[in-house]
Amino acid sequence: MKIKTFFYTLIQGIKGIFRNKIFTLASIATISACLFLFGLIYSVVMNFQHIVKTAQGNVSVTVFFDEGVDEANIFAIGEQIKAREEVSDIKYTTADEAWEWFQEKYFQNKHTEGFPTNPLEGYQNYEIFLTDVSKQESLVNWLESVNGIREVKYSSVTANALSGVNLIVAYASAGLVLILLGVSVFLISNTIAVGISVRKEEITIMKYCGATDFFVRAPFVFEGMLIGAIGAGIPLVIIYMIYNNVVESARAKFPSLTSILCFLTTDEIFEILLPVTLGIGIGIGFLGSISTVRRHLRV
Amino acid sequence: MSRKEEKRKLREKFIEENGLIWLDNVTKVYSDGYPALNGVSLKIKRGEFVFITGDSGAGKTTLIELLFREIKANKGTVWVMGHNVAKLSRGKVAKFRRNLGIIFQDFRLLRNRNVYENVAFAQRIVETPGNQLRKNVPEILSTVGLPGKYKAYPDQLSGGEKQRVAIARALVNKPAILLADEPTGNLDPKTSWEIVKLLEEINKAGTTVIVITHDREIVNAMQKRVVTLKKGTIVSDEEEGEYIDEN
Repeated sequence: MKIKTFFYTLIQGIKGIFRNKIFTLASIATISACLFLFGLIYSVVMNFQHIVKTAQGNVSVTVFFDEGVDEANIFAIGEQIKAREEVSDIKYTTADEAWEWFQEKYFQNKHTEGFPTNPLEGYQNYEIFLTDVSKQESLVNWLESVNGIREVKYSSVTANALSGVNLIVAYASAGLVLILLGVSVFLISNTIAVGISVRKEEITIMKYCGATDFFVRAPFVFEGMLIGAIGAGIPLVIIYMIYNNVVESARAKFPSLTSILCFLTTDEIFEILLPVTLGIGIGIGFLGSISTVRRHLRV
Repeated sequence: MSRKEEKRKLREKFIEENGLIWLDNVTKVYSDGYPALNGVSLKIKRGEFVFITGDSGAGKTTLIELLFREIKANKGTVWVMGHNVAKLSRGKVAKFRRNLGIIFQDFRLLRNRNVYENVAFAQRIVETPGNQLRKNVPEILSTVGLPGKYKAYPDQLSGGEKQRVAIARALVNKPAILLADEPTGNLDPKTSWEIVKLLEEINKAGTTVIVITHDREIVNAMQKRVVTLKKGTIVSDEEEGEYIDEN
């Protein structure tokens, strides 16, 4: 195929978009709506995951040691814990530091004269932060088997809830997006089928003149891909324009939750959303048109 | 000698012995059981001008469709330019058709393109280089007698002019064979004559021309080979023949 022929078929594809304006607009509108929803879901899911991840950073497991375990042994256990893949960080608190923190938090450093010695003696501990809360159970099982560890404190409810919600949101979103993409492929396929029926005469003449399969089919495939690209571009522009406003208004409406609601920036969202949305748009355009062309054009 | 060259020479020899077109005992029965052609054998030599006549349903259009591989025969073999057309692969059918020019009673022009574009369309299909295309299209439009009508759209043309554009489109790729399915069917007698004379000129320039027609006057006046079909069989095949009545 010559480059000239490639551009000729591309131009015919562009012209095809204007030939069936109503069907083209319907297809673009549907794909735009689907991909707008996809963009919204993606933004929500990514932000949710980001917030969950931030929250996961605060979920920790605390371990206390048997009586008589000296500091050297405690540090040795600490090294073993650090080496675990589930662990992102550990923090050692001595019994004195624990008592200081307790006094400050609950007695505001008053009324402590009744405690001549440290009542939290033997409560030196490691606070262990996880890389992924879903791995908490395996870490806890291991910690409970380590010699010298008396007690492991953790909240399975928090960890399970966070990883569970994360999964549910991801699966539900994926399901919804798949259904929407299926609808888009069907609509593009219909637009191309109408385009083929409108141009039946032209296709017949092409065949009689000796046009190759590529020459006959390519304009329709380009048309589908262009519809997909335009259908992807519109929601991307809209999401780009409204994302910052939505984030700002969420922060303004819930100022008390600012520490929890740590949103991703537009750039962080678009780093993946832009190529993925364009890819999906062009991809469904290609799939919808190629399947229709194969079905309706026996050339 | 390359293998391609060898094949070409063998094909040329085959054409010399059997004709540019050879229908060898061809039968075509449609899926509804309608027998369009029944054991038809016909040879057409390079450079011939042949009228194919017969009443409606005689099998004329089926014969033409077999030649450009729109349909396949149920029995027998259709040879065109040394190719067994039934054995051409899908990919080769397109290239094979570039050897044929086809024109129809209803012209089949693209209404949304002007005269120039309708003709250039055929050149683009065969990927003619741009400078060659810009030379060929005006040349062929001039040959068919439409030098000043490049920018006109089909709806702005008379029936005769439309058929000339269709002929130009069929000829611009310099086919070896021109198939015309009732080319004068929609035209008045004077314009019909002009078109037939144009086809004769094209034939004199070396193109093999096959014309399906019902026009008795034209057939009788032209004194060309006439093949008459009746109910799917050839009932007459005469050099300098005449139109044979249905009854």
